[in-house]
Amino acid sequence: MGFGQLSYDMAHLLGGGVLLFSFVLLYQRRLSGVIAAFAAQGALLALAVAWQGWAQGAPGLYLTALLAAVAQAVLLPLALRRLVRHLAVQRAVEPALGIGASMVAGVALVALALMVVLPATAGAGLQAREDLALALSVVLLGMLMMITRHNAISQLVGLLSLENGLVLAASGVRGMPLVLELSTAALVLMLAAVAGFFVFRLRESLASLDVSALHAHRGEREGEGA
Amino acid sequence: MTAAPVLLLCLLLLLAAAGAFAGRWPAPFGIAIARLVHGGCAAVSAGFALLAILALATGGMAPVLLPFGPPWAPLSLGLDALSAWFLLLLGLAGLAAGLFALEREVAVPPRRLLPWPLFLAGMALTLLAADAFTLLLGFELMSLASWALVASSPADAEARAAARQYLGFALFAAACLVPAVGLMGGLAGDLSFAGLRAAPPQGWAAVAVLALVLAGAGAKAGLVPLHGWLPLAHPVAPGPVSALLSGVMTKVALYVMARLLLDLGGLGQPLWWGVPLMVMGAASAVLGALRAGQERDTKVLLACSTIEHVGLVTLGLGLAATLRAADLGPLAALAAAAALLHALAHGLFKTLLFLVAAEVQHAAGSRRLDSLGALVHAMPAVALCALVGAAAAAALPPLSGFAGEWLLLQALLGAWRVGELGFQVLVAACTALAALAAALGAAAMLRFWGLAFLGRPRGPRTLGAQDAPPLVRAALAGLAGLAVLIGLLPGPLLMLGAGAIGALSGHPGLPEAAPLSVSPSVQGADYAPLPLAVLLGLLGAGLVWLCRRLSPQPARRGPAWDGGFQAPPPHLPFGDPATQPGADGFAQPLRRMLGGRLLAAHEAVHRPPPGDTAPARLESGFHDPLPGRLLAPLVALRERLSVAAERLRDLSLRRLLMLGFGTLVLLLLLLALLPGGGAR
Repeated sequence: MGFGQLSYDMAHLLGGGVLLFSFVLLYQRRLSGVIAAFAAQGALLALAVAWQGWAQGAPGLYLTALLAAVAQAVLLPLALRRLVRHLAVQRAVEPALGIGASMVAGVALVALALMVVLPATAGAGLQAREDLALALSVVLLGMLMMITRHNAISQLVGLLSLENGLVLAASGVRGMPLVLELSTAALVLMLAAVAGFFVFRLRESLASLDVSALHAHRGEREGEGA
Repeated sequence: MTAAPVLLLCLLLLLAAAGAFAGRWPAPFGIAIARLVHGGCAAVSAGFALLAILALATGGMAPVLLPFGPPWAPLSLGLDALSAWFLLLLGLAGLAAGLFALEREVAVPPRRLLPWPLFLAGMALTLLAADAFTLLLGFELMSLASWALVASSPADAEARAAARQYLGFALFAAACLVPAVGLMGGLAGDLSFAGLRAAPPQGWAAVAVLALVLAGAGAKAGLVPLHGWLPLAHPVAPGPVSALLSGVMTKVALYVMARLLLDLGGLGQPLWWGVPLMVMGAASAVLGALRAGQERDTKVLLACSTIEHVGLVTLGLGLAATLRAADLGPLAALAAAAALLHALAHGLFKTLLFLVAAEVQHAAGSRRLDSLGALVHAMPAVALCALVGAAAAAALPPLSGFAGEWLLLQALLGAWRVGELGFQVLVAACTALAALAAALGAAAMLRFWGLAFLGRPRGPRTLGAQDAPPLVRAALAGLAGLAVLIGLLPGPLLMLGAGAIGALSGHPGLPEAAPLSVSPSVQGADYAPLPLAVLLGLLGAGLVWLCRRLSPQPARRGPAWDGGFQAPPPHLPFGDPATQPGADGFAQPLRRMLGGRLLAAHEAVHRPPPGDTAPARLESGFHDPLPGRLLAPLVALRERLSVAAERLRDLSLRRLLMLGFGTLVLLLLLLALLPGGGAR
């Protein structure tokens, strides 16, 4: 498989699209924009996984694609949107790192992912290598989003987009058992649920979604117990 | 023969399991199980000794793979001449300690019964290993089981502190040995002895391996400056345990050092390969002997004497490595023979002396030299065995200690043939230090035996002492007999151990070893212990005969002269203790001569002010400054690290996330940028 073959090109295009939406997530200034970009990323991910299922002849992947489409592209964005409306938080995102700086950092992370994955997988097929590099980039960008945002909902979206990267990686590897993919996805969803619960609690008790407000309420600090 | 080691190791594990259950049964069964454990350990040790002799005679056993173990490092057992030599020591000392424990360690809790067979199994596994992974496995089992034994003593603060420090040193040894073995295995990862021997470390890896093995095995063997735990841990352990800790475990550590540095990594090394060993060995010998002459507690004294003898053995090993590098094969074989012979001899006579100390503590109720005295009347058999052991430790001919030290000095005296000037100066210094250590060690042993067994009793408890029961007497007499036997027959023993000498020196066996004598070279002086013993015996008998002949009256025992003191006062029925020399008095000349600088000794006279009728007092003491100086920076480092960790705990949520993310990115960067890092 290589350039010019339909299955490779489509997989490359869809995977690249997922990565592109990771960047889109990074420069959104409003929460509604973040959620919309996340929904688009989930839809593209479902397409990419379905294409992989067709290209590899693995019907199990269709199930993953269906789950991704339903959960990542529809249910989770709807839930997040409801959450935002319900909590009536201010819609603007206050990044801890400037938009430009985080874009630069993101590009550097993508370069790092390529530098790591391409030499490390010298023996594997071209498509698997590209897929892994794209997936690792998505994972790293998800983490970057988690640490460059003050807002709890943005951090939650970062975590979910990180999960998108994991699913992309799992689907790209030939012969990965379906159970493994599903359980990884379930694990991250559980994490997201817990995080969502804490968003509620945070809002109720501190009247803010800025996680740095939590810091003043930590126990066991020097000077407090003494 | 291949099944025997596996069978013996499995038996030890079964005995450990039995020991664990000893506490669950009512009294008579518990004691029967304890007897079974100790008797079984003695029997298995005898089996090890037989196996070792068989292996030495027939040339060993090829490595066999065990059917279990991790896939990347298959476990294998084997027995070549080098390991068989040390296994012989383990078997003989384990047999004696087992017999002693059968009498004295019966009513003990399971926490002391369970680790005892495991301790033996760990040492045996280290010696029987045919690959470096099994070697480390056995070494760690030995460390942990011996820690459990040290920590099992009745809990007081001092014992707990000793056990903690012991554990710290054990962990340090592991932290040094594991990377050393990893470096030796290299990228290929073949850890079998044959594979490691084929590719000795080179360049910076060799330097790192040398430093790590020296620190790891040296900490376990008690080489200066890592000797701090020995005088602390040996006294708190029960008698037979401290005997094996001092007699055998330090030798197993020396075996690991010899195996890794001389046998596996010794081929084609440069001249400086053995120099650190020589320096550390000479320093340990002098410091250990000096401290042994100052201590007031019998077990601490014996532990310090162990530091001296371990230093002498290490000096011999380092000399062998350097002479081998200088292509002086026969001389290297001589140095290796000296090291091996002295290791075996010391292991046995130190086991004997520790068992004697334990028996004396049992009978006379104290380990302090200032509470003992005159035990030769109450315990004649123990006193005689102790005399043989102390004379062997003092390197008196024709006993076992002399043969090894004589060979070592011959090797040192012949080592000028290495052309390098710097090395010649080092050898001259080491020769002087070894001779000084031998003399100091002899003085320490004289002080030990004289204060404990001669003179007048220093306390009433001493008079109630009884001689050892038959089983203990058999163990002590057997060890004393071995001390004489090894002293009389070093030649045949070294001929038996030719394979071990060859493994260490690259030269097949000692050049000049005959059944009745050993000699450094064809023209050199012979040491023929058997004729020497006959001569000494004739001389002694002649003297006795002459005294009897010339004396006008028959011999008769009178009261001991007690420094001009007249009748004992009613409150001190044994006479005033101040009228016979005490432990500090005996130690004073050497403390004034050498102790000031090396042991931070101090002495001060406190005079009462004019008009006060109180007596003037002389206060003196010493402490070993090295362990403190070694530990103080470590304690400071721990403080700093905990403060840093505390600051880390106080980070904000986002900073914590960033910490994890940053670490991940850093690791990925390393993977991407290191040459060849990504290709694997």
